Amino acid sequence: MSQAATPPVPRVLDYRGLRCPMPIVRLAADTRGEPAGTTVTVLWTDPAARSDLAAWARMRGANVAEVVPAEPLDGVEAWATTLVLGPPR
Amino acid sequence: MTTRSYLDARAPLHPVAREAVLAALDEGWADPTRLHSEGRRAATLLAAARATLAESLGCRPEEVHATPSHTASLHAAVAAVTTARRRVAARVVHSAVERGALIAAAREVGSAPVAVDRTGRVELETWRQALGEPAALAALQLANPEVGTLQPIAAAHEVAAAAGVPLLVDGGAGVGHVPVPEAWDLLAADPTSWGGPAGVGVLAVRSRVRVRPVGPEDPDPWAPGGVSVPLLVGAAAGLRAVLTGREAAERRRRALLERIRACVAGIPDVDVPGAARADESLPHVMTFSCLYVDGEALLGELDRRGIAVGSGSACTASSLEPSHVLVAMGVLTHGNVRLTLSLEASDEDVDRLCAALPDAVATVRRALGADAL
Repeated sequence: MSQAATPPVPRVLDYRGLRCPMPIVRLAADTRGEPAGTTVTVLWTDPAARSDLAAWARMRGANVAEVVPAEPLDGVEAWATTLVLGPPR
Repeated sequence: MTTRSYLDARAPLHPVAREAVLAALDEGWADPTRLHSEGRRAATLLAAARATLAESLGCRPEEVHATPSHTASLHAAVAAVTTARRRVAARVVHSAVERGALIAAAREVGSAPVAVDRTGRVELETWRQALGEPAALAALQLANPEVGTLQPIAAAHEVAAAAGVPLLVDGGAGVGHVPVPEAWDLLAADPTSWGGPAGVGVLAVRSRVRVRPVGPEDPDPWAPGGVSVPLLVGAAAGLRAVLTGREAAERRRRALLERIRACVAGIPDVDVPGAARADESLPHVMTFSCLYVDGEALLGELDRRGIAVGSGSACTASSLEPSHVLVAMGVLTHGNVRLTLSLEASDEDVDRLCAALPDAVATVRRALGADAL
């Protein structure tokens, strides 16, 4: 087994405070042209984002690596979803 | 030629139901509990309506109760059974995609949701496991009102019966459109889905089921203060009428849905959830979600083009939460459109929808700067 390189720190995309469908629209715009396998972490507060990020990943050949609590925004519960992108379109 | 296409869940009033309501308003306006001639006339109409409903639902007239609404039926059914069986368990086993009103009622007692697959159908093995522990009530819908997926009612009832747990079937979206199931202990049916009037619900309870209706004592615990005789008469007449022509209406509307599916498939980035096979789905309900589309804006674009539809997207509701059904199925929740074809839905309606939809979706995507994503 080859020695694993330290994985790069994923780019953080902060969409806290955005309402649906904007987190997904912004994610698609902000990761446009990125190569497959790129890892990004999306911060969100909109309750629809959890399922919509998963559905977007399925429709775009990406994978959801993890969903963990993030820093709240003005007292609103926030989450961080880390995604591994699929092939660019 | 009509200028609008109405494709939302509450069916337009069926002409037979409308006529029956109007006649009963003239004949059955009196208090049916009174013993004078006027009261007895209303009581006769009420009894006839219950007998007609019983025949349609496959039970006895005394097992048919009227309630103020479908929501009230679900609330009362859950409360009455779980109260009667509270020494057995304080737990209601139900699918994760049940109607919000049922889930809310279950939570008052103890909600035990059962996960569904990608088509929205409960897996029998999971259902069996959930009923392996004591439960006061099991609840499963005949069909999902948002996505149209039919549930395996007969098999689910067999499992519940083996566990000694009564099964409440929410027939809301299905009764009047697919064959009425025989396997149930309580069956709630919603007149507004078959063209009956709003303001009345129907709840059938097999006499073998132990119930204890909650609330202050009243001669009619299912509809305190009594039911509206004219509305129940309309609901009963409407159901009998739609069941008479049901099979032809099913074939006709399945063909219309196929046309809609074909036109939706031509729009890029649209998620079409639900059962793939026709016999696993309602003949008149479908839903789809458009990526990068604001559901509320899409409803507005379609409305401007003469088309009324429903939606399960969060941005279209008073709540921030998207449809729990779409979430449980793991499908895209934004840009959601929910279509329900009433008996009046025509080829012309489908023509109008298919002509408008691609441009309406493109317009909303352009407005969000998402047309090239």
